[in-house]
Amino acid sequence: MLLYWIHDRILLGVSQALFAASLALAVALFARTRGVALAGDAAIALGRGISQIILVGLILAVLLKGPWWTGPILLFAMIAAAAKTSSRRAKGFPGALRISLYAIAAGAGSTIFLMALAGVIDHSAASLVPIGSMLIANAMNANALALDRFRAELQSHSGEIESALSLGAAPAVTVAPYLRGALRASLIPPVDNLRSLGIVWIPGIMAGMILSGASPLYASIYQFVVLAMILASSGLTCIVGTHLMQRRAFSPAEQLVPELSAVES
Amino acid sequence: MLSIALATEHIQREVNGNTIVRDVSFDVTQGELLAIVGPSGCGKSSLLRMLNRLDEPTSGRVLLKGEDTCAIAPCELRRRVGMVMQRAYLFPGTVAANIRYGPLQRGTNLDDAAVEQLLAQVELAGFASRAVDKLSGGEAQRVSLARTLANDPEVVLMDEPTSALDETLARQVEELIAGLVRARGLTCLFVTHNRAQARRIASRVLLMERGSLAAIGAPQEILNAPLLDT
Repeated sequence: MLLYWIHDRILLGVSQALFAASLALAVALFARTRGVALAGDAAIALGRGISQIILVGLILAVLLKGPWWTGPILLFAMIAAAAKTSSRRAKGFPGALRISLYAIAAGAGSTIFLMALAGVIDHSAASLVPIGSMLIANAMNANALALDRFRAELQSHSGEIESALSLGAAPAVTVAPYLRGALRASLIPPVDNLRSLGIVWIPGIMAGMILSGASPLYASIYQFVVLAMILASSGLTCIVGTHLMQRRAFSPAEQLVPELSAVES
Repeated sequence: MLSIALATEHIQREVNGNTIVRDVSFDVTQGELLAIVGPSGCGKSSLLRMLNRLDEPTSGRVLLKGEDTCAIAPCELRRRVGMVMQRAYLFPGTVAANIRYGPLQRGTNLDDAAVEQLLAQVELAGFASRAVDKLSGGEAQRVSLARTLANDPEVVLMDEPTSALDETLARQVEELIAGLVRARGLTCLFVTHNRAQARRIASRVLLMERGSLAAIGAPQEILNAPLLDT
């Protein structure tokens, strides 16, 4: 209906946004009848979301037409923001922000660099930034899951870990089962996304490429490429993140740090 | 003359500005069973955890046969100074895998006969292939004891090893520990809040109060003191 009546792209976009936001607000109001006070939060989130994304769109419109180095600068800023968000999941754990920053930079950063070098991602900022941001966002989520799970495992198994230390085991040996569990859990979403690709969902990048006139076959192959890159960058992020977290969990004298150790008595 | 197996020199531990162990000095002779008693929160467990460096003293020294424990690699120190905790904390798997855990850390794989011999010492002969989640509380604590002994430690630290068990089981495990300590000539530091237990098993008693060493001496001398509040 909107497409039939409105031909100006900006006006069309605003109308579509209003329609989608109205539906979200209607659902939030319906939730209120079930005793869930969601309408206020939803209204604020919708307002904030549309403002942020329009602002980012305007900045991107300027930067993407700029020289090649605008791409890496934007990606570095995104990695820093992702590390900040991700580290909240491991709040209270010593060095959580630094661990997240190094992990996402190593995982997503190196994947973007390698793929750009190999020509899998186009060097132009217009291509590098959107694809890079997808890798960074997924690495951020995987890192948050891994750190949250690993910290919870360390806290709930501090007795077993200290028992193993008391038997002369090295710190890395004592936490190995919990590290494996955290890694496995954090990689479930990207692995499941690959498994269900095309069957349960047709991802945005493929839909976008088809809508903008690309060959559906190439669009589908490239979508697989993107998901494989997401799996690689998320996996590497989690491996680096949990490794750094494991090192920070122990003192140089191989003692569990007080944040994780049993309560003093 | 009896040799000193373990000694502390003015050890102290502070956490977030609170002194939880204050200037404690004592020594334990070879083959002695020293009970550490005192009310809850008086620093008994904190004191014990500094002896195998699970926690670090803020000041002072711990000496193992005259050698500063800070000069010994933590893995090696914890092999030589074994610890049995309040709960068994067995690792998932079989009893035998738990017994082999410590020696495996330094590349020694105990054979079946050695595992069986250790289990016989804790009165669990024939339990090697049992899954640990099928054990009772008392059996689990005995496996934990055998697991510590598998490392052939010079000193054994016991942090209220019977407090999570019911009275009958606690007495059985207590008798087993006391018997093993005597039979193997082990040096043992045994934390307990139970005065009667300390009286039954200890050759000497160390009384802690508000983080400080209040008294140390023969069980009847310390435990019969009129003002003792345990």
